[in-house]
Amino acid sequence: MAEQILLRPGNRSSRRLPAGGPQPPARGRRFAVSVRRNLAGYGFMVGAVLCFALFSWYPMIREFVMSFQGTHRDPVTRLPTTTWVGWRNYTRIWHDPTFAAAWKNTVEFSLLALLIGFAVPFVVAIVLNELRHARGYLRVLVYLPVMLPPASALLLFQYFYDPNTGLFDHLLRLMHLPTSQFVQSSGSAMVSVVIASTWMNMGGTTLIYLAALQNIPGELYEAAELDGAGILGRIRHVTIPQTRLILSMMLMLQIVGTMQLFIEPFILTNGGAGPGNSTISVVNLIYQYAFNLSGSSNYNSASALGVLLMLVLGVFSALYLWISRDREN
Amino acid sequence: MKSSTQRPAARTAAAVVLIAGLGLSAAACSSSKSGAKDAAAPAGGDGPVTISVPCEPPTSQAGQRKEWLADVATFEKANPNITIKGIDTYPCEDTATFTAQMRAGTEPDVFHTYFTDLNQVLDAGQAADITSYVNDTTVPGFSDLAPSALAAVTAGKTLYGLPTGIYTQGLIINRKLFKQAGLDPDHPPTTWADVEKDAKAITALGNGIYGYGDYSAGNNGGWHFSSEVDANGGQMINQDGTKAAFNAQPATEVLQALHQMRFVDDSMSPTQQLKWGDLQKQMAAGKLGMYIASPDDLYNVIVPQDGGNVDDYGVGPLPSTSGTPAGSLSGGDDVMFNKHDTPAQIRAGIKWIAFSMLTPGQGQFNYARTKADGLPVGFPEPLDWVGATSEKNEALKAASATVNTAYYKTFVDAHEKGMGEPVDAQAVYKTLDATMLSVLNDPNADIPGLLKTAESQVNTLLANAG
Repeated sequence: MAEQILLRPGNRSSRRLPAGGPQPPARGRRFAVSVRRNLAGYGFMVGAVLCFALFSWYPMIREFVMSFQGTHRDPVTRLPTTTWVGWRNYTRIWHDPTFAAAWKNTVEFSLLALLIGFAVPFVVAIVLNELRHARGYLRVLVYLPVMLPPASALLLFQYFYDPNTGLFDHLLRLMHLPTSQFVQSSGSAMVSVVIASTWMNMGGTTLIYLAALQNIPGELYEAAELDGAGILGRIRHVTIPQTRLILSMMLMLQIVGTMQLFIEPFILTNGGAGPGNSTISVVNLIYQYAFNLSGSSNYNSASALGVLLMLVLGVFSALYLWISRDREN
Repeated sequence: MKSSTQRPAARTAAAVVLIAGLGLSAAACSSSKSGAKDAAAPAGGDGPVTISVPCEPPTSQAGQRKEWLADVATFEKANPNITIKGIDTYPCEDTATFTAQMRAGTEPDVFHTYFTDLNQVLDAGQAADITSYVNDTTVPGFSDLAPSALAAVTAGKTLYGLPTGIYTQGLIINRKLFKQAGLDPDHPPTTWADVEKDAKAITALGNGIYGYGDYSAGNNGGWHFSSEVDANGGQMINQDGTKAAFNAQPATEVLQALHQMRFVDDSMSPTQQLKWGDLQKQMAAGKLGMYIASPDDLYNVIVPQDGGNVDDYGVGPLPSTSGTPAGSLSGGDDVMFNKHDTPAQIRAGIKWIAFSMLTPGQGQFNYARTKADGLPVGFPEPLDWVGATSEKNEALKAASATVNTAYYKTFVDAHEKGMGEPVDAQAVYKTLDATMLSVLNDPNADIPGLLKTAESQVNTLLANAG
């Protein structure tokens, strides 16, 4: 190949300038040429870099700084001054009784979402892939909930879950089955949140799985069938190995996504805490510190909790990047 | 679950940034730079000035909006150099939006706050010092403003705002349902035992009607709990603001009454986790017999916004075990002035507030006009003044009263003692939301255990506050 030829040692020498010929351009000139050649590229980059700097890096640094600051209020004038408070904000959130509940709920939601929200779209995608008829219509049906604004979808579920006038309990009564308190009971609140969330979000994931499934060469399935594999055998020996990378990436992304649980409990449990603090998530707690309570010291607490969440998500994000890199290689 | 399509890496990064961004605008927790400005108008008077002001009633409150716009027209005609730019919101203040505005410095020139907001405003350094601008000339009746209300907008000797509405809470009742249930609406229940009895009778009407309702979400559960404990002779936080003081008999009795109504009498709905706005809708729809609120819920929400019939409602005192409320959580609204306001804007803002919100016979207290517009007149609040100005206002109100004031008589006669909100109020309310919710949706709720847990949690909050 041309590139290989150019890189051969013998050819490299042919690129040298003849002795006594013009001197190589000075370093400054080379730099100027390089800048001129890439000017358009740098121009395009400026906007992105500025945006990231202003809306991403600066707030992150600021958040980190604020997590170590607090407010001292003059007892007479009540005017505040900002002071360094060391780990006080971290100590404060650690002692908040909802801190442990928020992390427990967030992890519980992530696990339930993995059990239900990770498996269901995969199974649905396999079913859709196996179907011979009406596949397009069904695909639209599965994707439709994603098109609903999340707040609308959750308000719909809030009505479905209402134990007084809701649809689900009404249906259960019609079928002479025991009713449920859904989001009104600490025992069922989180599962109810996961179900609503799965319904809302599975469309997109299903389509990605479906695309991955359709990229699997048909010959592999034919070979498996010839070897006597049934549908479960085909899934085990062909589908899962062939979609392993997509599955791993989706898993990482889903962990990162589910740990940022916010709007579902915020709407379904009218503010996010839920019975016995059973649905409050870490991001709900950050919101409460920052917007539901008064005083800038709570902004500092929100920052401290934000830093902790960022660190945890950073681990999963790094895993995601590692898996992505593995795939490229 | 969250699919990766909905939360790709960029979105994840954006979400992290959003969390991180909480800190962006909160950089300046510095001392307020709003020193006193030149209060005296120049010799030739102020030139043209425009001010943005809060609390323009929304279109859903058509009557109040019409009157407000008429006030603007009258005011601008009398003060041709001043242009009023109304901000159309109801309630005047949404906590999350307000916090964001404080951090970003994007509040209007004149902005609404609640009595509990002063620390937050000072922390953000957004309020102008108006001490030298305000006196009995610029705000007629200023000396008669309720001292407790002025205290809520004063830090040290600096005045940061003008109070525009003061309330205590009572028991709002649906008179129509009381009558249908064979109860006497002129004598609303005053003890928890009577509330339980009446709630049971009202619930027996069926058709999805429940006798009593209460909040347990959005910090409103803790807010109501505080008022109910105050009325029952208890105390939320000790005098020096360092320890929870509510784990005692008054709170136990309140929670026992609620649990009794919810699970023994079934006179409260199985749908709980309710917050501000939910009970008003139920009351307007004729599905609720009683709940606690300040009377302004009637003339600001239930009647104009949710379509209730004003003649169907009355207000009694807060329930208590003894039948005589020991107090009521009190609070109120006020306005403050943006630290970026020019002296001319501050003068114009004070003039507008005095005209539209703080003069008997004018603006919100123009009872004759309100009556002529067919809007109800005669509610027992707000209670902004004491002394001669209060008497003048009450006389004007009585002269134009259209509502049957007898419907509120027991509430007025109770003369509930207004008690301020607890230290670190919203954090305390958040904690007590969980207690209220457990009592209202756990049939086996262990009330002493719940109170003990809440007490310990509030003590921890207070110990780590600041």
